[in-house]
Amino acid sequence: MSNTMTAMVLHRLWVSFLTFIFVSFVVFAITNMLPGDIAEIMLGQAATPEAVAGLREAMHLDEPAILRFLRWLGGLFVGDLGTSLVNRLPVSEMISGRLGNSLKLAAVTTLLSVPVALLLGIASAIWRNSWFDRVVSTLSIAVISVPEFMVATGAVLVFAVYLQWLPALSFANEVTSFTQMLRVYAMPVVALSFVISAQMIRMTRAAVIDTLRTPYVEMALLKGASRSRIVLRHALPNALGPIANAVALSLSYLLGGVIIVETIFNYPGLSKLMLDAVATRDMPLIQSCAMIFCLSYLLLITIADVIAIVSNPRLRK
Amino acid sequence: MTNNITNWTKADDARVLDAIRRGASRRELLAFLMAGGVSLAAGGAVLGSAGRAHAATPRKGGKVRAAGWTTSTADTLDPAIASHSTDYVRLCSFYNRLTFLDADLAPQMELAESIETGDAKTWTVKLRSGVTFHSGKTLDANDVVFSLKRHLDPAVGSKVNAIAKQMTEIKAVDPTTVTITLASPNADLPTLLGIHQFMIIADGTKDFTTANGTGPFLCKEFKPGVRSIAVRNPNYWRSSGPWVDEIEFIGIPDDNARVNALLSGDVQIVGSMNPRAIRQIEAQPGFEMMITPSGGYTNLNMRLDMSPGDAEGFVTGIRHLINREQILKAVARGIGDIANDQPLPLTNRYHNAALKPAAFDPEKAKFHLSKSGLLNQTIPVVASDAATLSVEMASVLQQEGARIGMKFDIKRVPADGYWSNYWLKAPMHFGNINARPTADSYFSLLYASDAAWNESRFKSAAFDELLVKARGELDEAKRKELYGEMQVMVAQQAGTVIPLFMANLDALNSKVRGMKPNPLGNLMGFAFPEYIWLAE
Repeated sequence: MSNTMTAMVLHRLWVSFLTFIFVSFVVFAITNMLPGDIAEIMLGQAATPEAVAGLREAMHLDEPAILRFLRWLGGLFVGDLGTSLVNRLPVSEMISGRLGNSLKLAAVTTLLSVPVALLLGIASAIWRNSWFDRVVSTLSIAVISVPEFMVATGAVLVFAVYLQWLPALSFANEVTSFTQMLRVYAMPVVALSFVISAQMIRMTRAAVIDTLRTPYVEMALLKGASRSRIVLRHALPNALGPIANAVALSLSYLLGGVIIVETIFNYPGLSKLMLDAVATRDMPLIQSCAMIFCLSYLLLITIADVIAIVSNPRLRK
Repeated sequence: MTNNITNWTKADDARVLDAIRRGASRRELLAFLMAGGVSLAAGGAVLGSAGRAHAATPRKGGKVRAAGWTTSTADTLDPAIASHSTDYVRLCSFYNRLTFLDADLAPQMELAESIETGDAKTWTVKLRSGVTFHSGKTLDANDVVFSLKRHLDPAVGSKVNAIAKQMTEIKAVDPTTVTITLASPNADLPTLLGIHQFMIIADGTKDFTTANGTGPFLCKEFKPGVRSIAVRNPNYWRSSGPWVDEIEFIGIPDDNARVNALLSGDVQIVGSMNPRAIRQIEAQPGFEMMITPSGGYTNLNMRLDMSPGDAEGFVTGIRHLINREQILKAVARGIGDIANDQPLPLTNRYHNAALKPAAFDPEKAKFHLSKSGLLNQTIPVVASDAATLSVEMASVLQQEGARIGMKFDIKRVPADGYWSNYWLKAPMHFGNINARPTADSYFSLLYASDAAWNESRFKSAAFDELLVKARGELDEAKRKELYGEMQVMVAQQAGTVIPLFMANLDALNSKVRGMKPNPLGNLMGFAFPEYIWLAE
């Protein structure tokens, strides 16, 4: 790798770090602005002013907000995510299992959807305007337009309630064999793949078509290169940057944005954990979840950027 | 011609069972069935089958997976801060209370052998001997003192702090005796000790990542927001039950997902079903529904200190204009009971059945409303989704009003902020009150002159006097008389119209037996784990 490239990658990482700190502050500030705090919510109808004050003091909520933020941030850098205010368990313990579940779901979905989406996207770019391209385009638009709760609920009614082939709930804890894994993950993964692959197919197709229009591709065509060589050798490497970004954006959705699928299949993942945390104003947990989402997002985008930088032939010298 | 009945549904089955449990006679039931168009002989067959399904000997063994309707990271095994159905089910699996409340909400002894008093102020609790915690430790008076006293510590954040506050002294006299002194006489103490939050934990317990109780099940796994696994306690002090080997309890907050999980066989029991799902369950064989009269209600409040509620005859007119039958049938889909404008539900042993609900009578309503001088005027009524079914109830009222020239303008407001902005404030609005275990808690919270939630600003010195008298009265018969009188006062003088008591629906796989409704809440007052068993 050349010095320019190393410098660019390092710069990219530094920006990511700054974004991370900034996001942590914004999340803290916004959750502090939510009406009501954990003491009021925990006590519910029994919230007399004295009881609320007593509980706040016991939870150290009477300290200035900025002090609590700095303490939490300090803990974060030594790997201590703090203790949940609601059930007094360590946040790291609450998150670890859920994060594992979310990652598993995301990984299986990625393994299924990314190759399929890339193949379909590139293929429809190569055979642009053919019947194949039209079918793929129409289907992917149709799939984008149908909300995922429709897909998921429909699938449950058909495959779980009437046909009884698959379980209606996804018990992530009970996967011991490969066939069991297929049964448990089949419906959530298909529902999620529908949403994200449609996006990736369209972006890939557009990116490849874009580069196919460039002068150097025309040059390759004129010198008599085969169609597959033009696409794979000349167009694809140049389209890799935008494609990587599209894939990264779609995948980042898989960790934090799958609340609907988690709800319908009762899948114990991170999104539901964060939703619970917001409902109970459990600050350390909200913060930690938000940071994980932010981190995964930054990680994916950074990887995509690095791929774009590295794959750019002009920067490779 | 035995089972040749058309239109007979599982929901009707549930209704019949509900009526039988409340002690309806065979004659009354047949009258009920014939009103529904069922012939006498066919009706007899139905009653036979409904009875058979529930008479059999329990059998040990098997695993059950049950789903509640709330779950979050706030799930807890700490009795003091438990606040959701999911928590209550777990508390009932792992712990015991001093008393438990039966199907009439009357206190029965559980960990206590007896609870006695001479003056309703100083109480002596004798503990059952030979009860052990899951850790092996024997239950003694110190555990009870610790369990009760922690509700007074603000750092615990107990839900029942306000109730516990009246216990001014809690003292262990000897290993099996505790004395409790109250600030003022309250004959309801044994009932209050049957509330879920008063579960008994071992002295000094601080860690609630698992449960160390005296209850029918041992806690094998507990993950807040995910699930809990309970395995049968081989050393349980009660000889009957628990029957099943293991209960996995999860929460599925989404209504549809919950019903789908039951129908697909993933779970065997689901709590709190939306009546909309009745048809879906009826379409498949092998499932049953259970009605639990919850006692909660949605009521129409007219403030007596402002117009239109202060005009003479207005409230009486509205009482006769409310079509209770129609609301029960069309709005609540037949799941509930007609109420008589006072808050004590039919399941409360002090309910005054002699007090009949005001009859639906548009002519009478017209007479009273024209006396009030408000007929032909447009009266705004505030309704919201926050008060369950209130919008639908308001529409029924609006339609009946239109027929006699009384116009109602339904102001439908958002659920968010309803309780702080409209409830108790608007001149004519809807409230929604959850069931409570004691008569005193209803009246002192909702109808005493200085009550925080006096929805219609009902003020009566005579009522306040009866309230204090009934609270300290130890003679059951006298107490029933006092509460009966108070119900009449509320029904006739307050501005709160209570059209019906709501009921909850649970659904279960027909293999699950032993489930019976308890007015404390869905799923047998959340205590089903100890009582259910699986048929072969």
